[in-house]
Amino acid sequence: MSEIDERELKHIIEALLYVAEEPLNIAAMMSVFEGEYEDPRVFRSKLVSALEELAEDCQTRGVELVQVASGYRLQVDKEHSDWVRRLSNRNPPRYSRALLETLAMVAYRQPVTRAQIEEVRGVKTSGNILRALRDRGWVRELGRKQVPGLPIQYGTTRSFLDYFNLRSLADLPPFEEYEMVLQEEEEAPPQIVAEDDSSS
Amino acid sequence: MTEPQFEDAEDFQDIKVQIGGDSIAQLPNDLFVPEDALYVSLDTFEGPLDLLLYLIRKHQLNILDFSVAEITTQYMSYLDVMTAMNLRIAGEYLVMAATLMMIKSKALLPQLEVEEEDEDDATHALRQRLLAYQQLKEAAEGLNDLPRMERDTHSAQIPIVEVVTEEQLPDVGLSEIVVAFAELMTRVKLTQQHEVPRPVISVRERMGEMLATLESINDYVPFESLFKIEEGKPSVIASLLALLELLRSNVIKVTQPHSFAPILVKIDSTEKDE
Repeated sequence: MSEIDERELKHIIEALLYVAEEPLNIAAMMSVFEGEYEDPRVFRSKLVSALEELAEDCQTRGVELVQVASGYRLQVDKEHSDWVRRLSNRNPPRYSRALLETLAMVAYRQPVTRAQIEEVRGVKTSGNILRALRDRGWVRELGRKQVPGLPIQYGTTRSFLDYFNLRSLADLPPFEEYEMVLQEEEEAPPQIVAEDDSSS
Repeated sequence: MTEPQFEDAEDFQDIKVQIGGDSIAQLPNDLFVPEDALYVSLDTFEGPLDLLLYLIRKHQLNILDFSVAEITTQYMSYLDVMTAMNLRIAGEYLVMAATLMMIKSKALLPQLEVEEEDEDDATHALRQRLLAYQQLKEAAEGLNDLPRMERDTHSAQIPIVEVVTEEQLPDVGLSEIVVAFAELMTRVKLTQQHEVPRPVISVRERMGEMLATLESINDYVPFESLFKIEEGKPSVIASLLALLELLRSNVIKVTQPHSFAPILVKIDSTEKDE
């Protein structure tokens, strides 16, 4: 049985990546080559090296091959995106600071409840923003927290990672200090309002 | 850390309004401020914590050791400007104002040892909140700086497009239509069909006929003789139904001398008389 040679494999993968509407993962690519290989493990490593080679080829082109949470994606690289935007003549969507702060809370502290987000932000307007983030497909519900009131907990989705060119949550910019302070805060009395009461 | 939004905001006390060259020191009280205006001003600051952070940074203070009393004055003057502009101030800003005032007033009061701890707690909690919020802001900026789709990159795609072609056909003149119609008419003549209407057989009529036959004979007749096989299936079925109907009304008798013998039908004169 003659397997597809490496050059051809690379070209097929490139075509698949161009045509796929969503990032393609290895499993999806393997299913395309069903019946074309003998040892899936050997073929898998051939696929990976073909992808690596393709990524290298792309360095001299206007597109790049990136790996995000859902798989591999061919995209116009950062340097050339301005030109693409000129063609479509459309400004990229801008996200408000309120939305980004809420998203950051969910991304770094998931599972997180709305009350926890509002506590840190000091503003009680997270409901609409969370809904918008959910509609956008970046945030999803992660069940309810087992505390009085059973508040909904939120977490980020794979499509959030895809959009921000991340492979996993571990790829988020690090925020060690942030984590530490928040952990301390959980132990401390939650609100100054409570102290207001005791002083009066 | 750079924040373009704050540079735009400048100092709120310096707001000058000019109409037709005349500068107006105070905004008219009946000035209509649409609901959106509130949002715009709130958009500058994401909330009281954000405003406090701005004030702290503006005075080059440190979150961990700034003087709450000093910042309280600054904070209140911001709220005053908001009030002067007839803007509704969101509740969170007022809660923060109350908290700041409480901390400040406690600092000014002669301190009892027990209360000292309390005051430290309130200040400490405020600093903690500011710190946590500052870090969240940085995290949000970090997110914003990540290369993202639509802004920094665009998915490179070759969509599979189904090509739907619409064939352009030439127009047709009236004479061609007439010719085509004439042809059609001759073909209609050729394929004309003669439709033979299916006779409607009435069971009631058949009953009458059968009864008349039986009455005229007034003797046993073979079952088969009552059916006109040459008239086809519908006729035979109608006859059978008629026979069964007559039998049900006890107008006729049906007998069979012995097994496998021909079935005989006769008018039931006794019943009929009654």
